Amino acid sequence: MYSNTTKNGAMSVNSKLTRRRFIKGVIFSGAAATTGTGMYLAANAQSGQSAAERLVTLNINGRNRPVDVLPSETLAYTLRYKLDMTGTKIGCNRGECGACTVLIEGVPNYSCSVLTHNVKGKAVISIEGVKAADGTLHAVQQAFIAENSPQCGFCTPGQVMSAVALLNNNPRPTRSEAIDAMSGNLCRCGAYEHYINGVMRASGQLA
Amino acid sequence: MSTHIGKDFIPPDVPGKVTGEIKYAEDYKREGMVFARLLTSPMPSGRVVNIDASEALRMDGVVGVFTADDLPPVPPPGNPALASEYVTYVGQPILAVAAISEEIAESAIDKIRIDFERRDFVVDPIESLSPGGSNAYPEGNVLVRTQEEGPEGAPIVGAEIRDIKWPQSAIDAIKTGKEPVGGEFTTEWAFGDLDAGFADAATIIEEPFVTIGYPHHSLEARTGMAYWENGKCYFHGSSQSQSANNAGLARMLGIDLADLVFINEATGGGFGSKIGPYPFMAITGNFARVLNRPVQLRITREQEFYIGSARSGMQGWIKVGVKADGKVSAVDLVIVNDGGATGGGSGNSSAQHVTVAYQPESMRYRGISVYTNTTPRGAQRGPGQNEMAAVLAPMTDRAAAAINMDRVAFRTRNVLDSDGFQGGSQGPVTSAFVREALAQGARTFGWDEKLAQPKVNGSKVRGVGVGIGYHGAGGRGYDGLLRIAPDGRLFIHSGVGNLGTYSYAGTCRAAAEALQVPWERCEIVNGRSDKHLPHSSGQGGSNTIFTHTRTNWLAAQDAIAKLKEIAAADLGGAADDYGIGDERVYQSADSSIGLTYAEAAQRAMELGGKFSGQEYPDDINPLTQLAVQGLAGTGLIGVAKDNIPGQGQPPGVVVGFCEIEMDKDTGKFEILDYTAIADCGTVVHPKNFDNAMRGGAVWGVGMTALERHVYDPQNGLPANTGLYQNKPPTYKDVNLNTKMGGVNIPDPQNPTGGRGIGEPTQGASAAALASAISNALDGHLFNTAPTTTDMIINHLAGNSYSTKSLKTNTF
Repeated sequence: MYSNTTKNGAMSVNSKLTRRRFIKGVIFSGAAATTGTGMYLAANAQSGQSAAERLVTLNINGRNRPVDVLPSETLAYTLRYKLDMTGTKIGCNRGECGACTVLIEGVPNYSCSVLTHNVKGKAVISIEGVKAADGTLHAVQQAFIAENSPQCGFCTPGQVMSAVALLNNNPRPTRSEAIDAMSGNLCRCGAYEHYINGVMRASGQLA
Repeated sequence: MSTHIGKDFIPPDVPGKVTGEIKYAEDYKREGMVFARLLTSPMPSGRVVNIDASEALRMDGVVGVFTADDLPPVPPPGNPALASEYVTYVGQPILAVAAISEEIAESAIDKIRIDFERRDFVVDPIESLSPGGSNAYPEGNVLVRTQEEGPEGAPIVGAEIRDIKWPQSAIDAIKTGKEPVGGEFTTEWAFGDLDAGFADAATIIEEPFVTIGYPHHSLEARTGMAYWENGKCYFHGSSQSQSANNAGLARMLGIDLADLVFINEATGGGFGSKIGPYPFMAITGNFARVLNRPVQLRITREQEFYIGSARSGMQGWIKVGVKADGKVSAVDLVIVNDGGATGGGSGNSSAQHVTVAYQPESMRYRGISVYTNTTPRGAQRGPGQNEMAAVLAPMTDRAAAAINMDRVAFRTRNVLDSDGFQGGSQGPVTSAFVREALAQGARTFGWDEKLAQPKVNGSKVRGVGVGIGYHGAGGRGYDGLLRIAPDGRLFIHSGVGNLGTYSYAGTCRAAAEALQVPWERCEIVNGRSDKHLPHSSGQGGSNTIFTHTRTNWLAAQDAIAKLKEIAAADLGGAADDYGIGDERVYQSADSSIGLTYAEAAQRAMELGGKFSGQEYPDDINPLTQLAVQGLAGTGLIGVAKDNIPGQGQPPGVVVGFCEIEMDKDTGKFEILDYTAIADCGTVVHPKNFDNAMRGGAVWGVGMTALERHVYDPQNGLPANTGLYQNKPPTYKDVNLNTKMGGVNIPDPQNPTGGRGIGEPTQGASAAALASAISNALDGHLFNTAPTTTDMIINHLAGNSYSTKSLKTNTF
């Protein structure tokens, strides 16, 4: 488990990591600003490609993880391709869908739109860090199973992260509050009602 | 007493979805893997004159460039994986570059110089049919099938491209809502006496309509990864289906079925766009072979818009005659389909919806499917039926009003029943209880009570609507395969894909039920073809529940017969003297004499032959034969092809009831209530049934209110490739308190009684919402799908709205 350091009421976007700041970071780094693309490196290709990489230590799921990071690298990329944490999904890679949602200092953020260098020294929780150390699933995960909430499941890790953040801040949300908190996560299957039912079950309001 | 069917359970992949541990194609890496990216067409129509990749190939880290020359030629009207000479839509892949990093691959693409010759383009079918109109292909503008159309999602085979133009009078007629007399069609059918039908009519409705296509936008783009080992191709693909990929993909790769391992543990949505192997899989697999390295071809969100397929749009005209007693006596229907770059439309399926909704005494259908220089089109959730449902519902309401009949009563009077028919051939159905669904829905929704309430409250106005969704829901002739292991556990092998409907799991319950094995003693074997999976249907078209409860039930019957034979041979008597229960086969007269399933499986292994899969039926598919060979000697094998006699299309039907509140100042509306009732036979998995109904309802809102292609008519460029521009419904756009139920009358042609509901869930919602919008506006007919807020507000302001000229794709 992880500590709850969420700031009061900060349920939307981390104000310090706005999309504008993200784009500025990418431009200043000199990376190709192509639309919706991430630049991923072959597993055996680090040498010769790592000139611009810098070793940073990230706090992921309560552990310090040293990792070489490019200036233009997004957190979603670092998690998936450097740390092999593929539970975080990339649905759009441009801040539209929320499949890549992680918690930064307890606040849900689209990790496709956060530069890894900007989360140095911050507590990051990804889907892999939601269940307890002994493997016990989080109440949200248990409720999503009970409600059969996921359909295709591709957006589910992001939905779980948003629900966890909500309940950390507001343990007994109304249905309307839950809808507001989850509304940054798209589900193409349309499983919205089952996710909301899962949130209500996780908060003990649905038997 | 049912032990599994109709009971809730947790499909085995759900925990992995909430922990993120389940793997999708893009989650796999392989030592030495290189990254391929696509170079796509920047223009809607042109000719590739020259490709110069020399500079890219000199870059450090670039390992190869792959073009159409590296693949077998695909003459038009096929959808090539890579364009050879002509490009016909923005975003069409032209070549792939592989490099040791995606950054290098992307940079290399910038270094490739392509000389194009521009060609005229067209993004509107009626414009292409007009005298002097542009053709999307050099060969012409219309797809003409020379052999019968395959099932939904099947590649187009047996077709040619022709150049067809209509006289200006026909163009003018259809644009103004009149019959396009003199227009040429490529599909026509009719039944009954149309003239007499219209002569008998007490009222006649005659309307134009337009529906606009939109992309599937599955949240997981169709990224794939492939590698070769010892002559075998291991392919991690994003697909709705499992076994249905193997034959086609093996052909694309030029290898035997036995040399393809298709891996598909989970898929992030498909909605019809990933039913079978799609052309772009050929790039990944063949590039990996050429390079002799694992290749990941990653598809971006924008590219998924381009190549991920889309619903066909339609521009049409319909004339409906209704007798004084409410019976529809005649329907005359014309549909011009927007086939995009692949040319196929679903007009025939749209016409089928009309036959189901009205059971008309006479009907004529004429259709033509026109190429446009827009994205490829293919099956999308209820292709044809659902968009027809959306535009037909308000017209149906007007017809009912014209003869002073309640809208639910009108539908009850006309809709399909068990003795009814579907489609132009007037084929039978296995059973249908839509009238019961309408009655149940009206009660649950409170139809009469809601109609009696005041309609206007200040600037707000309420609307209530009703609609019907239909899709064929089942196939025949596939195989079932299972194994009782020597420890007595039941392994049910499923070649059904896992796209999130959980029907792969629900259908396996039929085998557990038949063999009376507790679920915790069962394991579903699926997700990789080297796990020995049988030939299964494509996971689409609402078919899986009907199709594969049958195959799994039959495989279980084969296993039961073998259990009894083994017991009779070992313990005496005839096989018929034995029964099963509590994971034992025992003498019916004395249950103490028998074998456990574990003992019988061990005996099967000793006996060999048919008992443990060394021999198998002649009629099973080659893929199932391979699977049985792989399992031979490992337990008691149950295997069978579905030869259950019977005829007729199993119908999947959902009826929807919708209540909205519309703000007349803004044109915005809120859905206050939505009730949906399914006629899908026995509900196999209640929890999942509820969720399927809710998800389909969300899709219906997208169709009727939100989603559409928008192309710039001047330059042929797509204006809304992203999710939020497009736009699929969000939490805030839909009703999140759906009431749902099922008629729950078993289908006589399925041993579990079940049929599917995947597609009609959307059609019912789309139709009920369209009906409610029209009702809120005193019966106004927009005749569009979607009917967006700007159309509503323009209507309220007395302005014309953009699609009145039947424009599709454009604005």
